[in-house]
Amino acid sequence: MTQTLSEETVGKQIPDTPDRRSPLALALSDYRVLIGRNVKHITRNPEMLIQAVSLPIVLLLLFRFMFGGAINLPGMAYVDYLVPGLVVVSIGFNSTTTVVGVAADLTNGLVERFRSMPMAGPAVLVGHVVAGVLRSLLSLVVMVAIGLAIGFRPGGGVLGWLGAIGLLALFASGIFWLATLLGSIAKTVEGASGLGMILVFIPYATSALVPTASMPGVLRVIVDNQPVTVLIDAVRALMNGTALGSTGWLALAWWVGITALAAFFAVRKFHQRSNG
Amino acid sequence: MVTGYAIEARGLRKSFGDVDVLEGVDLNVERGTMFALLGPNGAGKTTTVRILSTLLDADGGTVTVNGHDVAGRKRKVREQIGLTGQDTAVDELLTARENLEMMARLFHLSGAAAKTRAVELLAQFDLVDAADRQVKTYSGGMRRRLDLAISLITSPPVLFLDEPTTGLDPRSRSAMWDAIRELLKSGTTILLTTQYLDEADQLADRIAVIDKGRVVAEGTAAELKRKVGSERLKLEFATAAEAAQAHQVAGGVLLGTAVSIAIDQPAEVRRVLNQVADAGLETTGLELSEPTLDDVFTTLTGTAGEKR
Repeated sequence: MTQTLSEETVGKQIPDTPDRRSPLALALSDYRVLIGRNVKHITRNPEMLIQAVSLPIVLLLLFRFMFGGAINLPGMAYVDYLVPGLVVVSIGFNSTTTVVGVAADLTNGLVERFRSMPMAGPAVLVGHVVAGVLRSLLSLVVMVAIGLAIGFRPGGGVLGWLGAIGLLALFASGIFWLATLLGSIAKTVEGASGLGMILVFIPYATSALVPTASMPGVLRVIVDNQPVTVLIDAVRALMNGTALGSTGWLALAWWVGITALAAFFAVRKFHQRSNG
Repeated sequence: MVTGYAIEARGLRKSFGDVDVLEGVDLNVERGTMFALLGPNGAGKTTTVRILSTLLDADGGTVTVNGHDVAGRKRKVREQIGLTGQDTAVDELLTARENLEMMARLFHLSGAAAKTRAVELLAQFDLVDAADRQVKTYSGGMRRRLDLAISLITSPPVLFLDEPTTGLDPRSRSAMWDAIRELLKSGTTILLTTQYLDEADQLADRIAVIDKGRVVAEGTAAELKRKVGSERLKLEFATAAEAAQAHQVAGGVLLGTAVSIAIDQPAEVRRVLNQVADAGLETTGLELSEPTLDDVFTTLTGTAGEKR
């Protein structure tokens, strides 16, 4: 306690008065600050790094070498089939810490403090989602790098890959908005980690690991047409340069819709909770 | 804005469902003074602070903070206040410096101004050595100081502190008191809530004792103490009947098989003991102690302070 505030600083706003910038510029500044907060968390939270980096490696080696030998695909190496699917599986895993993170923010008093500040409403959630998408892209890079080392030879061109990355980023933002919604619904941090498991299992009931052709009739119809399968099929075709069919536009439509709905309900639920 | 009270509350009412938490609370806090809201858990202290700081709407009554109506001009009020709640609202994974800079940016200070302000506050709250350590490694006292530092980023003229020292060890507690006293010197108006009589006594210019949603007494620490007595003599008896008899001859407050009497001077102890002996009563136990919050309540409300 060596310093005291001088008389003049009391009761006066610190320079850089809010009024000078437009509301949009202020909101963007809030988003940037809170994205920075969540990006810093990635390097501070070992659990997140394990999820983003180690897990893709383990999954890829496990499926490629333990199960891969038993799966024969006509006209395609299993590793080429597997990598796009496992990227989606990793995104599901990555999202669980976000469910917990949002629930923790809501229960530990931080959100109450944010509320008493002149801050853009959804900025806290935007921070969580953007950092989550970045973690997903990190997983994608790791997965592709390890994949290339063990025989992944994708035939897609640059445009195909850009399309695949774009679709994966869209899918990740949908999944992470769902994660913030689940985090806002959870009453406790423990409850949140349970709810997060939903997002882990969603990618398994898809074409991520094995083709749907061998599945029994009804299951196959459901799995073939659910949005995650459509997304995986589109990404797989774009990466490998195979026939895309209608999956590209279908995946885009599904995930734009899911992302918008999830974001809407997440922001609404979050505000209900923080005002309660 | 030159004259008048910094915080003025009239007839505050609030219910949660069937539970009436506030039943008409009036408060006047003069500019540049420290005001303590003293009461047990569940008395309505936190609810009062949440209403005064715009986080909760009252069901009835009016509040102005620095002349601005809390109900109508939330944003204006938020620019004038700082709030430190009961939960430390800090990001555990970030360092103290990062927390301060982040919050400063969210108050829309420029990057450079945020950095400067963080450095000032780290020095003011004795956190320089730990500035670049993650907050999750901090002690309870350090967290509270960081929390307080964050609520002072914009140098608000009015500060609310909700139980700033609950759960702290004695040393951290006195460090926190020093920090709070420094703020008062700079002209900040402070309203703090506390469960501890000595805390209110140490810090506040005026104290309002709140119980079951009502202010039961208000005044300076000296005024309240005059009512309560500087020390308490507690006499134990074998039966409630004997205690009641002792209560009749010596006064004080009857507490089952015991009587608690306010003592201002040592000589009074002898007087009380003589009175009891003259009445032919035998004490089974005797205890002289500083007045506690319970004593304040037993004296001011006539009932034993409930543990809630």
